[in-house]
Amino acid sequence: MFELFRTKAQAVSSEVHRVPAAGPALDLVLAVLDREGVADVRGARAVWCEGPILGGLVDQATLARRFPGLSFDVTRERAAESRVGITEFDWALAATGTIAQDATDPRLRLASMLTETHVALFRTSTLLPDLDALLARVDPRKARYLACVTGPSRTADIERVLTIGVHGPRKLVVIAVDGEIGVA
Amino acid sequence: MGAPDLKQRVADALDDGSLAGALGRFNEAYVASRAKAYEGIDFEALRDQLVAIKGRAASRLEELAAEFEAQATRAGAKVFRTSDPEEVKRYLGKLCRDRGVRRVAKSKSMATEEIQLNAFLEKEGIQVAETDLGEWIVQLAGQRPSHMVMPAIHLSKEQVAGIFSREVKEELAADIPGLVALARRELREKFLAADLGITGANVAVAETGTLVVVTNEGNARLVSTLPPIQVAVVGVEKLVERLVDVGPILRALPRSATGQLLTSYVSMFTGPAPGADGASKELHIILLDNRRSEMARDPAFSQALRCIRCASCVNVCPVYRLLGGHVFGGVYTGGIGAILAAWFDALKASKDVQSLCIQCGACIPVCPTRIDIPDMIVELRRRLAKEEGHPFIQKAALRMVNDRRLFHGMLRAASKVQKPFAKKGMIRHLPFFFSGMTEHRSLPAIADVPFRDRFQKIEQPPGSTGKAALYAGCLVDFAYPGIGEAVVKVLNAAGVEVVFPEAQTCCGAPARYAGAFDVAARNAMDNIAAFEDPSVAWVVSACPTCTVALRHEFLATLRTEGHEDWAARAEALAAKVRDFSSLVKELVDAGRLTIEAAKDLEPLTYHDSCHLKRKLHAHVPPRQLLGEAGYELREMKDSDTCCGMGGSYSLKFPEISRPILDRKLDNVRATGVGTVAMDCPGCMLQIGGGLHRAGDSTRTRHVAELLAERVEPATPGR
Repeated sequence: MFELFRTKAQAVSSEVHRVPAAGPALDLVLAVLDREGVADVRGARAVWCEGPILGGLVDQATLARRFPGLSFDVTRERAAESRVGITEFDWALAATGTIAQDATDPRLRLASMLTETHVALFRTSTLLPDLDALLARVDPRKARYLACVTGPSRTADIERVLTIGVHGPRKLVVIAVDGEIGVA
Repeated sequence: MGAPDLKQRVADALDDGSLAGALGRFNEAYVASRAKAYEGIDFEALRDQLVAIKGRAASRLEELAAEFEAQATRAGAKVFRTSDPEEVKRYLGKLCRDRGVRRVAKSKSMATEEIQLNAFLEKEGIQVAETDLGEWIVQLAGQRPSHMVMPAIHLSKEQVAGIFSREVKEELAADIPGLVALARRELREKFLAADLGITGANVAVAETGTLVVVTNEGNARLVSTLPPIQVAVVGVEKLVERLVDVGPILRALPRSATGQLLTSYVSMFTGPAPGADGASKELHIILLDNRRSEMARDPAFSQALRCIRCASCVNVCPVYRLLGGHVFGGVYTGGIGAILAAWFDALKASKDVQSLCIQCGACIPVCPTRIDIPDMIVELRRRLAKEEGHPFIQKAALRMVNDRRLFHGMLRAASKVQKPFAKKGMIRHLPFFFSGMTEHRSLPAIADVPFRDRFQKIEQPPGSTGKAALYAGCLVDFAYPGIGEAVVKVLNAAGVEVVFPEAQTCCGAPARYAGAFDVAARNAMDNIAAFEDPSVAWVVSACPTCTVALRHEFLATLRTEGHEDWAARAEALAAKVRDFSSLVKELVDAGRLTIEAAKDLEPLTYHDSCHLKRKLHAHVPPRQLLGEAGYELREMKDSDTCCGMGGSYSLKFPEISRPILDRKLDNVRATGVGTVAMDCPGCMLQIGGGLHRAGDSTRTRHVAELLAERVEPATPGR
């Protein structure tokens, strides 16, 4: 099922990684922050919305020193000035290469829609076949803002030419994390 | 009244070279990407699901709206239900005043286009920014969307660069990534500055009070998150019963709309989620009826409420492809737009737009909810005709077609006068009510002796088993009697006796498609009476349009006109009706007829007639029969795209008919064959006339004529 997810996600221009545990996932996130040139300059900052997948491994103070401009306090202003946003997703859908999240917490939305590069982690074990499977297990009255993301923001509104990155991220980096929660 | 204006708008659209180029390229790319997106999906099974889901919802609009209101209210939203567009404006006007709203950011909502909300808000002194890129472009251009999914499809990148340059007062290059980047920058400010965000919804789930919004750009996420107040304006046709109904809709909508498996973003909100600052925000949901409930109660139009606004119907429409949505459409574009305009606006509002439908039915097989747009267009025509009456000249023409003697006499008289000008059986100029149609195609000469008289001279073979009654139709009877003779020869060769009921008259298709159902019903009764012969096993026609009339439309026409007493007789006739190729295939399969394959036949191509393919679903038999006759078939591109004939359409809109024909002729020529075969004399008139007019030696042949050359003639009786 993961290979189907990978194929479909790559087909919509997502960058897909699979790592054996949370430790390598953290390394990968840091590599993306390096690669994207995160700095303490308006437009080059980063926001990190912590979640259970990497939660135990993130040493905020150390990381903030290593990446000036990185903030774990996700506000609207901060997100609007950021180049990279990091969030964790609750599910993924193989048939369409989609990641899904209960985004009731507005920080999850801010970090994933105002930034240019969105890094999204999910547990490989939460991979579902398709949207039907998701709707069968989620109660939207509890997950009040359910967000499904399939690739970066795109448009074809001018002459039908596909252009990536309109209002949302230009890059979507998806990291599937194998293993159990809390196990590095 | 609106006619000269419409003609002018049609002419302007046809003159716009960039429009035709953009729409033509789009049409071709769409067909391929849609097909790819549906790979591995059982489209018919999905349609079954969607028809059930949306059909059930349309029959329970009131209950579902009430349930949605209760659920969404429980989740913390304020729900306002109204049938009146003016009340929506008053509600929003008050909300904006009460909350001191100065700036509004909108993601796409067709319902707000429908009620012209932007103009109202701007009059109230509020700045409104459309944030969907296409919507923003047309907003800046002071236009309206020309397509439901791609609002600015009619504009080139150069035009967009011009529009943006004026907005930012800076000369911009026609570079698409650059233009998109500019839109991102400009609109980002508007998202962040907005006091209120307006979205639409693609689905509204009654069970949970959830709104589902799909976008690719991500603008709906921003609009629904950043401003402290969120409003969703939603037509009640978006309601479905259950959350599980969302799955099938989202399986079809992106695939049919843009050839995607899923859009980049699907957002489902249930009540207000905390806003950007973490505080709870206001969510107002406006459920707009605007005559939708009334539509749901109308048996002829309730199917339109199944529409999920994917626009696949316009994407495959040969008329839209030429004219775009500003001419062929209202707020909602294309044929479905004409239907919705008749309800959301007024019946009269659909008058011009509906007349542009050529009735080819290309939209029917692609609609994910199986809406029959051409059928509803005919019903609009019927109601418009009832309301306004037919122009005298049109009514006179329809009546004349009915009177076979008068019709043939007039055609023949006209033909005789023009005899010196007839070239190889074609007449260039015909001083007749349809003389306008000869501009781009030559007409066939009118036969001196109509088929009905020629038939009397054909001796039927003795010892036949089974009898077929031949329905000729205007074109076979008066213009192409040779096709009728070929039909008789092939059937005789299978040992079938053919009879020709003298009292047969026009099939009523011209009257029906013009909305003159009273005339069509009269035709139906006359023909039913003429063919009521219990010894006849089959009623066969070499014209698919006539076949569809006899087989499917008589009953519907008679019922609509209140002649229920004719229903059983109409059904009895319908059961016997066959198109020529399907009947011959039956006879071949039954071992009654052998088609002798010849060697060294020139290859040919086959044109699918609209009615044969999409109403009779008989595109396979003619190909099989031609194969058995030894013909190599070289398929042309888009063989089932309309040739532009459309009966009287080619008289009414020759300027549209012609480019549709030109495209067909190009596709025929690209195969490099010398013969194009078909099953419809109307298509022969159009395609054959076009080829002749262009001085092209490619021949048009009816399948009956080709097969008649490959059967052993029956031994005449003594």
